Amino acid sequence: MTRTICVFLFVLMPVTAMAELDIFACEPEWAALATEIGGSHVSTFSATTALQDPHYIQARPSLIAKVRRADLVICSGAQLEIGWLPALLQKANNRRVLPGSSGYMEASSYVMRHDATGNVDRAKGDIHPEGNPHIQTNPHNVAAVAKALSERMKSLDPENAATYKAGLADFLARWKDAIEIWEAKAATLRGAKAITHHKSWVYLERWLGIEEVANLEAIPGLPPTATHLSRLTKQFSGGGADFIIRSPYQDARPSEWLSEKVGIVAIVLPLTVGGTEQAQDLFALYDDIIERLLKARDHE
Amino acid sequence: MRVSLALTVSTLLLACFGSAQGQESEIEILRAAVEELRTDYEARIAELERRLAIAEQNAMQAKYATQQTGATQADVSAGNSGRAAFNPAIGVIFQGQAWSFSRNPDDYFVQAFPFGGEAGPVNEGLSIGETELIFNANVDDKFTAWLTAALALEDGEGVVEIEEAWVETTGLPAGLGARFGRFFSGIGYLNSRHSHTWDFVDQPLPYQAFLGDQYVDTGVQVRWLAPTDLYMEFGGEIFQGSSYPSGGNAHSGFGSYSLFANFGGDVGANSSWLAGISYLDNTAIDRSSGDEDDPLIFNGDSKLSSAQFVWKWSPNGNWKQKNFVFQSEFFWRREDGDYTLPGGAPLLYDVDQTGWYAQAVYQPVPRWRFGGRVDGLSTDDPGAFFAGTAVAAPDSDPMRYSFMADWSNSEFSRLRLQFTRDETGPLDDMQWGIQYIHSIGAHGAHAF
Repeated sequence: MTRTICVFLFVLMPVTAMAELDIFACEPEWAALATEIGGSHVSTFSATTALQDPHYIQARPSLIAKVRRADLVICSGAQLEIGWLPALLQKANNRRVLPGSSGYMEASSYVMRHDATGNVDRAKGDIHPEGNPHIQTNPHNVAAVAKALSERMKSLDPENAATYKAGLADFLARWKDAIEIWEAKAATLRGAKAITHHKSWVYLERWLGIEEVANLEAIPGLPPTATHLSRLTKQFSGGGADFIIRSPYQDARPSEWLSEKVGIVAIVLPLTVGGTEQAQDLFALYDDIIERLLKARDHE
Repeated sequence: MRVSLALTVSTLLLACFGSAQGQESEIEILRAAVEELRTDYEARIAELERRLAIAEQNAMQAKYATQQTGATQADVSAGNSGRAAFNPAIGVIFQGQAWSFSRNPDDYFVQAFPFGGEAGPVNEGLSIGETELIFNANVDDKFTAWLTAALALEDGEGVVEIEEAWVETTGLPAGLGARFGRFFSGIGYLNSRHSHTWDFVDQPLPYQAFLGDQYVDTGVQVRWLAPTDLYMEFGGEIFQGSSYPSGGNAHSGFGSYSLFANFGGDVGANSSWLAGISYLDNTAIDRSSGDEDDPLIFNGDSKLSSAQFVWKWSPNGNWKQKNFVFQSEFFWRREDGDYTLPGGAPLLYDVDQTGWYAQAVYQPVPRWRFGGRVDGLSTDDPGAFFAGTAVAAPDSDPMRYSFMADWSNSEFSRLRLQFTRDETGPLDDMQWGIQYIHSIGAHGAHAF
């Protein structure tokens, strides 16, 4: 009998003895950030990939199973995940990660959100009254979230607090240097004009001084309509923009069609880690975004 | 900058002396120098302004971030999104339809399967369905509550029905969750789904015949989710036993119970699945079904087992652009007791019945979906005593074939066209119509 119990405990051991934080990120950028800070002390999982529209995924059983075991759920917030995260949290029976507990964190609460309307009239489309949730397109926001995230990691796993502190310091130092390089490289993009598929890039635009002159979606969140697109062909028939930007998960046809009509180059920018072949980590993400913008601008 | 300044001073001095001599070339030089300086300064000022703007923005971000990082959890969570916008969150769902039948729907009856509960054909002509009023909110840090009130018109009179009113725990440890109050049982796949999420205007035949559309009752549910990568959920419920297929609050008001298990996972980035089995055990006392004015009365045990499978596919899991769903359920029911037919004495009844459906819905482009469904029922013959009655086995198994197309302008509005060839009666019935489903206010996330 004792032996049986010993064997049983031994089988259970590896699961319980692992002193690592199980982090469930709604988006790849937060999973990547957690890995930058926590290194081998965290195990991260991202609910969405860069090829999925994070507004609309299914509350899949596999995701519920992941939330069930998570120590920390980190999401962009500002209602980005409102269509599926509540269903995961409701089914996962994990009290440690419910909103209001220390295991639940909305990244966009730690930065200044743009375009908070407070307006909830749905005739205006899929709007976010608390502000635009796509905050990861400004690296200064990522730095702010990194600080908050490391605080959370320290409080959830005090044993490894020193590691998280060091991980944060190391990340921020590298990040600061990288930002300087990005800002220098992108200096000439100031004043460039962009047409975007969805309002996914407002933080990038304000960071680099790019002007957003139009969206392909007539109403945020609803697919571009033929009427709106033909209106845009008239508006931009004589140029008036430097590029048409879409994310990898957005339908290529509207931007390619408009590009062909008005001769403004259409480009895909990675909205998060994994969005392109090059953007495989947070640093490469911005490298690639700026690289692609410069290339498109010079293409003119 | 110092060099430029020196250059300016010397140029000006030179200009003074030069002008005295009235030489044109020197004026030119002067002009060029001033122009050069102006361009140089403008570029410098623009660069400084750019750096200032970015620095200001980043300083603001940094200041905000510091405040937030230093803030307590309660402060930050106040800014969290979700159900906190209004308390409680309120939503209203509007449903209505225009429906046409080739045969008189008043005579609609499926031989051997007298419907109970809410089951039955859609209203003929123009009608509104149930208008659902949904309230939900966290009660405190350990409980959350949900109310669905259905507003309906019955014979021209407004009726308010409590469809669901339940409280759920949020604070239990170890993957446990409990719900109590009035709620849709967790059995099957479609049973707990609100009608506004159905892919067709009506429930498949086994739900109509075996569960009165949906089994909703007053009770307690306990669920446990295993801490594994494979989704494994186990649950059990105990109910009062007041609604079809139960009835009469048997066993002193603990009339029925259920057990269910669900499993699910992903296959690659494109596909995910959910499979489950469930069992519902009812004891019915004077359960009525069939014609409301002249009902059939059943007393005895009604045991329902079911298995379900759902497969969802979308390229890269990017659901909004394109997706496909296949789902199928199989039911097996055993009813053991006695039936009292209108005007007759109780007759012993012990019969096995099965029911099933399979459906596929494809969304090739955003907004548009197309689907098909086949559903059917089958029964043993209850014996010679029942010959010629409403519960005698029909000559052929009841079947239906349905097709639908729907258009959703946003996730809050949907218009649907449906056609059904109904082979449940002795003569086939062609049914078709259009339906609308619209919602305003808070709208909860949909389950898989």
